[in-house]
Amino acid sequence: MSGTRRHRATAATRRWDRERVEDLVFGSAAWLVRAALLLASGLPLVYLVALSMRPLESLLANPLRILPRATELTLGSYQRALAPADEGGYGIGGFLLNSLLVGSGTVVCALVFSVLGAYAVSRFDFLGRRALSVLFLSVYLFPAVVIAIPLFVIFTGMGLRGSLPALVVIYLAQTVPAALFMLRNFFAALPEGIEEAAAIDGCGGLRTVWHIVLPLAVPALAATALYVFIVAWNEFLFALLFLLEIQESWTVSIGIALLDNQDVAPTVLLAASVVMTVPIVLVFLLAQRVFTEGLSAGATKE
Amino acid sequence: MASELTRLLRSSSYSQRMSRFALALVSPTFLVVALVVVVPFFWTLFLALTDVRLIDLPDTHLFNADYTVDNVTRVLSSANFWESAVVTVCYTFFGTVGSVAVGLVAALALRRAFPGRALLRSLVLVPFAVPVVAAALVWQTALDPQFGFVNAAGQRWLGWEEPVLFLSQRMAHPSVLGVTVPVPVALLTVIAFEVWRSFAFSFLFLLARLQAVNGELVEAARIDGAAPSQVFRHVVLPQLAGVISLLLMLRAIFIFQNFTDIYLLTGGAGGTQVLSVQVYEYLTARSDLGGASALGLVMAAAMGVLLVGYIWRTEPRSGRRA
Repeated sequence: MSGTRRHRATAATRRWDRERVEDLVFGSAAWLVRAALLLASGLPLVYLVALSMRPLESLLANPLRILPRATELTLGSYQRALAPADEGGYGIGGFLLNSLLVGSGTVVCALVFSVLGAYAVSRFDFLGRRALSVLFLSVYLFPAVVIAIPLFVIFTGMGLRGSLPALVVIYLAQTVPAALFMLRNFFAALPEGIEEAAAIDGCGGLRTVWHIVLPLAVPALAATALYVFIVAWNEFLFALLFLLEIQESWTVSIGIALLDNQDVAPTVLLAASVVMTVPIVLVFLLAQRVFTEGLSAGATKE
Repeated sequence: MASELTRLLRSSSYSQRMSRFALALVSPTFLVVALVVVVPFFWTLFLALTDVRLIDLPDTHLFNADYTVDNVTRVLSSANFWESAVVTVCYTFFGTVGSVAVGLVAALALRRAFPGRALLRSLVLVPFAVPVVAAALVWQTALDPQFGFVNAAGQRWLGWEEPVLFLSQRMAHPSVLGVTVPVPVALLTVIAFEVWRSFAFSFLFLLARLQAVNGELVEAARIDGAAPSQVFRHVVLPQLAGVISLLLMLRAIFIFQNFTDIYLLTGGAGGTQVLSVQVYEYLTARSDLGGASALGLVMAAAMGVLLVGYIWRTEPRSGRRA
């Protein structure tokens, strides 16, 4: 019981006590932080897009000016980046197609695997369930560069270097555990009664998943698909190790990085990066709510 | 209750059938993870502890190999192992602490409503969503000594006499108030990049947890005359402790094994050759399978120690609860 309950007055008559000073300090500090966050997050994106539309000479002559002048705006860098090599370009268009193939292949496989797995883990009690969860999460404990050594040897031995399907299998193993975990949280929250009703009506195991569970899980599936696609789209190490020697199968990640070593004009690389980045960022921002809830669900529920 | 009842009502043969069904559902995932992660890991162990070269590999197997720790001792006694280990530890430690701290500050600053909050909340996630190749390219461009914005601005407004080689200079010795301070330039740059790229991850988790903080408790503390810093320290922070330690653990695991960011930014130059980049060098530039595997094994062991430490720190609490 505190007898000295503080007298609260309007700001003008309040005394300069610790509370008021702190309110003022933290209040203005919050605005400083917000401004810094705005700069740190927005500026690099603006810099990326703006420089990609300037001619190289203008960038070299005037590095301090970020925004292009209206008269010098050009899409020439995009043309050179995307056009195939025999038309004088750098073939990034082809690399984008490879990335798209790898990404969508990984998404389809990962969704099938993780839906089945998450349904099993959230609905049935079976022998070794816990051990299995631990095994799946342990994927993230083995350094990728360590896993890559024997895979590199095996792929070389089997003549699979440069094979995009082989890359899909690796990305599958790297993404399914997290995808399964995201979906499991979602499935666990679905009411079991609907499935039981379906079972009584004679709907068997997989048909229940297909007709009852999946339609309810569309938002979670979308978030999971997005997560898997982003990982596959951005992955670098395995793509570098397995595709290096076969330029036709380069993904856009290593395409940009490897062209960087070959003295390609920075504006061309920036243009390629814009094409690689902007769709991902837009989808990410649009789907952000579903995505962040799926990602952070594990943190608050357990 | 309901599930207990249904379990009682289900006959054992039915539940056995369901158990088999469930195992069938997870087996594809199990197979992929086993084949692409677990088996290769143990094969790395084998490669590290034998003296096999790529050409002998088809004829060598588990039982006819000569086991030796030569690879491990060779790697550990090589000239740049210890330097690389120290760099890795610094990179991991400051990258982890930095990204969680910035994530916390960001979550606190964006917790309450203010004009433009929704937009800023989305924007903060951008560095996290940008592909690492593009992010590295933007940083390389901005830090470039010839046409980079940062050096141009530094020379124009901050009085830098010459451009700073952010991505290749090992040490700088600027003098501050007459005292010369050694600054590991490239290492600080890659740490800053890591913090910038990954703070949003901590931000998401911390914001979610902050929104679940008991508002009445905070209000009561304020009415009793607690200043904001006191409320934060005694009411909010204890509730965040669990998430923060989990985040430190997760970030440390990711940053410790991170290869891509450093490879793209500096290629390991200027004193930024972390262990994972060194493994890659052993594997590709030197074609030294045994060395790469041995170093990989050392990394995995270090991570194991980190993990055991974490479990040992958090276990007593959960043990009491159970």
